[in-house]
Amino acid sequence: MRKTRLMDVGALAVISLATGVLAPATPVFAGDQLTITSFGGPSQDANRKAIFEPFSKESGIKVNEDVFNGEISKIRAMVQSKSVSWDVVDLYPGLAGQLCAEGTLEPIDWKKLGLDRSSFIEGETTDCGVPEVVTGKIIAYDKDKFPNGPKTIADFFDTKKFPGKRGLQKRPVENLEWALIADGVPLKDVYKVLSTPAGVEQAFKKLDTIKQDIVWFQTSSQATQLLADGQVVMAAAYSHRIVDAIKNSGKHFQIMWDTLQWSMGVWVIPAGSPHVDAAYKFLAFFALPQPQANFSNIMPCGPTNKKALALVDPAILPDLPNAPDHMANALRVDAAFWSEKSDELAQRFTVWVAK
Amino acid sequence: MVTMAVQIAREPDGMPLRTKLTRVERRRKLRAFILVLPLLLFILIGFALPIGRMMFNAIHDDTLLTLMPRTTAALSAWDGKDLPDESTYAALAEDLKQAWAQRSMGAIAKRINYELPGLGSQITSSARKASTLSAGPYKPTLIEINPVWGRQDVWSLLKRGSLAYTPYYLLRSVDYQYGPSGQIVASPPETAIFQDMFLRTLAISIGVTALTLLLGFPVAYLLATLPAKYSNLLMIMVVLPFWTSLLVRTVAWVVLLQQHGVINEMLMALHMISQPAQLIFNRIGTMVAMTHIQLPFTLLPIYSVMKTIPPIHIRAARSLGAGPFYAFWKVYFPQTLPGIAAGCLLTFILCLGYYITPAMVGGPNDQMVGSFIAHYTNEELNWGMASALGAILLTATLLLYYVFNKLVGVDRIKMG
Repeated sequence: MRKTRLMDVGALAVISLATGVLAPATPVFAGDQLTITSFGGPSQDANRKAIFEPFSKESGIKVNEDVFNGEISKIRAMVQSKSVSWDVVDLYPGLAGQLCAEGTLEPIDWKKLGLDRSSFIEGETTDCGVPEVVTGKIIAYDKDKFPNGPKTIADFFDTKKFPGKRGLQKRPVENLEWALIADGVPLKDVYKVLSTPAGVEQAFKKLDTIKQDIVWFQTSSQATQLLADGQVVMAAAYSHRIVDAIKNSGKHFQIMWDTLQWSMGVWVIPAGSPHVDAAYKFLAFFALPQPQANFSNIMPCGPTNKKALALVDPAILPDLPNAPDHMANALRVDAAFWSEKSDELAQRFTVWVAK
Repeated sequence: MVTMAVQIAREPDGMPLRTKLTRVERRRKLRAFILVLPLLLFILIGFALPIGRMMFNAIHDDTLLTLMPRTTAALSAWDGKDLPDESTYAALAEDLKQAWAQRSMGAIAKRINYELPGLGSQITSSARKASTLSAGPYKPTLIEINPVWGRQDVWSLLKRGSLAYTPYYLLRSVDYQYGPSGQIVASPPETAIFQDMFLRTLAISIGVTALTLLLGFPVAYLLATLPAKYSNLLMIMVVLPFWTSLLVRTVAWVVLLQQHGVINEMLMALHMISQPAQLIFNRIGTMVAMTHIQLPFTLLPIYSVMKTIPPIHIRAARSLGAGPFYAFWKVYFPQTLPGIAAGCLLTFILCLGYYITPAMVGGPNDQMVGSFIAHYTNEELNWGMASALGAILLTATLLLYYVFNKLVGVDRIKMG
């Protein structure tokens, strides 16, 4: 009899334990802090060194970090469920424009920031973001494989002259543009052509010509890995990742700066962030020329504050995407175009890739 | 028990023995139920509820109904032939104004974009302009603001939005969609992928199941017949990878199969090939890695069934004059069938849901339905599509299970 009583008690304990687990946890006390989410990797390390840590020291605000891969769905889900745990997020301006239009981001109050929008590269692009960084998508290749490497984007599509697999990031952005340029569309007309159904057709047709030779990768960091493993002979990559691999890992990579596609990163604040004031303090600190130049010295991405470029180490300058030399034959990735068309083209692209 | 029952029966409270017994029985059942309850709740909350919710999401979508209430209400009387009348356009203008003020235009645009790709942004921009309108007539003004409001297909989409349930996601999942005037048509070839995708998923799963059976059966036989000291060692070698994480094993295959990986380097060193063979990012890589991961799932049920087959059966058959193969085929093999069925079913069903492994070692045209479900869930946030694909996959799995049950009989399956 005693045994059964014990069993009853045990069962009850199990149940109460289970319900205890299911009960909502009480939120922990939140001090003066904010959570910044970026893409991780060396660029976030550089941000930490050049910006987060000096900012924490100066303001006393603790910076927590998180990493994501640009999935705006996560921001949407947070805002919709009113449980925003990211206060400042690193985002592409096209996506920022999309989220801004649907009210998922806080509009930036530039007066409150105490900054002039025109002192930034493309400060006017989106109402919900502060330009963070200029990045450049380039074609990088293995110098050991091609001592006399590709010179133009048409070479990238020329599998006879340059045989071997090519690595491309699995998304329509940049790839459709490059396909059109390689097919002879002048830089200034790329988005005009891509706005027409015939232009989209033309881009996919051009991509079809190398489809068998493409290795698709998901995140931008995989490009250097694929190149290093010899899995591909050339790959689309962010210039700063390649510079980093050359300088710090001694890889024999070469950057083809021709038809560089540059774009921006912007800092955004998800709507309903519990630490808006701290976020504004952070953005005001980040926007100063000196922290930006410090960042570019560690991580060869372009600064957005127009005064910062002059403060960058002259030895580093040629590695930056917005160095004057590189902008001659460069395409600005049209954030407005992509914020309008990305759903449509992504659907088409996803299907095209999987066929 | 008997003596206890007799004792109870003699107690002076006059309660019949039968009542007492049922009461005891009921208490025992209740106690057992309470013990099972935590697991039951867990399965209910962690499994049945989300799956039910997913199935529901596949057919339920009230975006347009809740965000454009006036328009959808006004459209319920529309016959779908000509453009709607002025009162409907007035309702639309009201809805657009409200949506613009509440910043819910994004959700509407997204929903419309699913069915009419590319229109979402035009609809958002027309809402911005419509938000300044103060008086009618709305019909010509709205069409002038943006010609999308003069399009039949937009209006028939809005009319479909007046119902909270839509077969759209399920149709799309099998490559059908709505035409301009609301009839169901096949999706154009540049967006039709899902029939291929389901067939591909089926083909890869069947292929992997067959391979695991082919490779696993002899090993299981060996394991079951070898003396214990060898078979134990062999068993550890079979089970060891089983204890390693799936991700680790997949990455290990990347290391082995890549262009300058272990296998290619070895084959080149042996002069068996002169150029590195393409072993990864294609069907070969997918099949190899999946077969490796699934092997123990097929092998172990077969092994444990083989363990229960007395060796004396074969010996009896041989002594009655059967040849070695005949004895094996007629006496031994049929007895392993329940194990084969269990192992293959397990592997096949697990294969249907694969997504990480094909993503890492497969090419773009080795991606299975799971990858599209993940794509819609994480990247496009189109949960309707994700749910519809999931629902179809689940239904297909259950259907296959049902057919299997009819053919083989699940009660004949043995895990050991």
